[in-house]
Amino acid sequence: MKYVDEYRDGRLAQTIADAVRAAAAPGRTYQLMEFCGGHTHAIHRYGVQDLLPDNVEMVHGPGCPVCVLPMSQIDSAISLARKPDVILCTYGDMLRVPGSRNASLLKAKAQGADVRMVYSSLDALQIARDNPDRQVVFFAIGFETTTPPTAVAIAQADAEGLANFSVFCNHVLTPSAIQNILQSPDVRELGRVRIDGFIGPAHVSTVIGSQPYEYFADEYQRPVVIAGFEPLDVMQAILMLVRQINEGRAEVENEFSRAVTREGNRKAQTLVAEIFELRRSFEWRGLGFVPYSGLKIKRRYRSYDAELRFDLQSHPWADNKACECGAVLRGVTKPRECKLFGTVCTPETPVGPCMVSTEGACAAYFTYGRYRDIRKTA
Amino acid sequence: MCLAIPAKIIDINGVMATAEVGGVCKEISLALVDDIAVNDYVIVHVGYALNRLDPKAAEETLELFRQVARAAGVPWPEEPA
Amino acid sequence: MSAVIKQDYRRPVDFKHGDVDLSHGSGGRAMAQLIDDLFVRAFDNPWLRQRDDSAAFQVASGRMVVATDSHVVSPLFFPGGDIGCLSVHGTVNDVAMSGALPLYLCASFILEEGFPLADLRRIVRSMAKAADEAGVNVITGDTKVVERGKGDGVFITTTGVGTVPPGVHISGDRARPGDKILLSGSLGDHGVAIMSRRENLSFGTTIESDTASLHELVAAMVAAVPGIRCLRDPTRGGLATALNELAEQSGVGMTIREMDLPIRDGVRGACEILGLDPLYVANEGKLIAICPPEQAEALLKIMQGHPLAVDAAIIGEVCEDPHHFVEMATEFGGNRIVDWLSGEQLPRIC
Repeated sequence: MKYVDEYRDGRLAQTIADAVRAAAAPGRTYQLMEFCGGHTHAIHRYGVQDLLPDNVEMVHGPGCPVCVLPMSQIDSAISLARKPDVILCTYGDMLRVPGSRNASLLKAKAQGADVRMVYSSLDALQIARDNPDRQVVFFAIGFETTTPPTAVAIAQADAEGLANFSVFCNHVLTPSAIQNILQSPDVRELGRVRIDGFIGPAHVSTVIGSQPYEYFADEYQRPVVIAGFEPLDVMQAILMLVRQINEGRAEVENEFSRAVTREGNRKAQTLVAEIFELRRSFEWRGLGFVPYSGLKIKRRYRSYDAELRFDLQSHPWADNKACECGAVLRGVTKPRECKLFGTVCTPETPVGPCMVSTEGACAAYFTYGRYRDIRKTA
Repeated sequence: MCLAIPAKIIDINGVMATAEVGGVCKEISLALVDDIAVNDYVIVHVGYALNRLDPKAAEETLELFRQVARAAGVPWPEEPA
Repeated sequence: MSAVIKQDYRRPVDFKHGDVDLSHGSGGRAMAQLIDDLFVRAFDNPWLRQRDDSAAFQVASGRMVVATDSHVVSPLFFPGGDIGCLSVHGTVNDVAMSGALPLYLCASFILEEGFPLADLRRIVRSMAKAADEAGVNVITGDTKVVERGKGDGVFITTTGVGTVPPGVHISGDRARPGDKILLSGSLGDHGVAIMSRRENLSFGTTIESDTASLHELVAAMVAAVPGIRCLRDPTRGGLATALNELAEQSGVGMTIREMDLPIRDGVRGACEILGLDPLYVANEGKLIAICPPEQAEALLKIMQGHPLAVDAAIIGEVCEDPHHFVEMATEFGGNRIVDWLSGEQLPRIC
């Protein structure tokens, strides 16, 4: 596969790994946060950590939109799905995320709710066209990569006057999350989490461009390297970060130049600005309420807003006390340090979302990497 | 969820197009991109093309990797484009 | 003039335009006629022609093997096969995985009211062809009909009986550290073929299901290498699940190499697009063999010489591991484990 296989070449991996080893100064550690869940997954699936020297450590960030969705939002989606005239369309990842009282969309489906997995917002539109006498709600989640597709669907529904279509909007913003982490007591004061640099998300950046990260590099004096999705991209980005840190630089560099420009995708940005606006505040699992971090549908398109159409009330529900997803998402705790990890909480019986989503740090670690620590203690 | 994959455009029909990855074809939307031509490569995410892949930049990135190899003294054969 | 009355005339079953209805399962005339005109005619053997409720047969003394499988695949017709031939291959293969020679099959059908008889006949004929090619007979069966909406077209359960040649001991708990692991061919073809026909995942591909009867391949393998320890066909849950099962049963660990796994480009592409791991995608015409290391090359040659295993490869080794992990060296150079499947990749895959 072109533009994929070349970036997975094992021979090149070794040479880049050697370069990282050579560049990493002995006697200091490098803590690098990869923000994006897709990067977390790639690192575990390809065993990238095995190729890195011991003093280069990856800290997993909250870039998994499934993981950061609070339980109250899942509960709202389930309550929508349970309405007899509603068809709830959702991306596959959301099906098994636990809501309160151990409910989930998948369980609601088993009990008779009409929950349909879709690959694209276009599929949800088609379901609305095919079922004019039902209410079709699209459960929209995701960072800036996934927001433009939702915008297209709303614009299209408006153009067609598709009155039975609406969107339950849970889109969130990457820069706000990065800001929140850098501002958090864990990082700023308590020194519990040291982050020396960021691997910037791949596909979010194709949409928003590299420009938004310049603020962080400047203000917080941390280098950011935007990396492509493939393991060689990740390794190269790590090398570039180590070099920046060594040289005392804090710049935004773009390793994913084949798909990311400084301005990003203006067409997508314009469409998103037309349909959505910022919420004053939005709740993130693990980070609490983060200002100006989520999107809601603008007044002009309010007839497609499921929250208004169905008068959704959000009921906050506390996460399981022993669940450490919040701390994992902030990079404070490693999956294996959570008391529930691997015993009570497994991909089969997840307690928190980090174990459900394939991009969650706990799921990635459990599925691909837990054997390392088990072997060490054996 | 972050899942996005480079795919080749093999047919365009208005705002929809046929994208191909490793011999598998899927219908996608070009609503978020402009000036896409057949044989271009795009990044596909949840049924939409998000961006055109720049072949020149792609080659430069690969060349970056190869440079690291050469600097390490690993002989690297020139790959055909 | 008196009208001519045909004495033995019976209106034939309307296979072209007719549908299954509740009378076909009631035990009455309609059912008897369906059995005669469809099943007995298609499978065509003395047991069915006898029209008893059971079938009697002799076997040579020794060990017998029996295996059963239900088939709920959706869609019923897919590139490379259908639920009919799948139900034959699946059970023949289960029997063959203990090194046994499959002899007889039983087939029971649960039909949904309204299911087109044309499709049913197509499925039954496909079963008959598969059974014939495998050298097995379908000697007894059952038919039930459920009301519209309570079934999904047709469900088929097949049970197979076979005999194990003397001196052959193949079972999942016999793998030992040092043994080699072999795979008979490309991974994921069946699952991808099925997925390509699912409405909400439609994509175009030329990949066909690999569904096939493997007992002749197994017979050739066992004849050449009687020391084979384990055989398993990686169906639901793919290679990953089968290897984890064997590791658990035998109390061992395994290491495999990603670069040695045969996977077609079309399967890679489909898995990329859908975000799936080919190691977990179902196969219906492949097997895993575990044998002592000194016999691996000979076994590989035999397999590669058979049309169903031309892409066979040695993919790894069995090792000591109290945790029974299956570890994989990735193409990229790092390592990961290949864990049990969580949840389900796709429902109704076989």
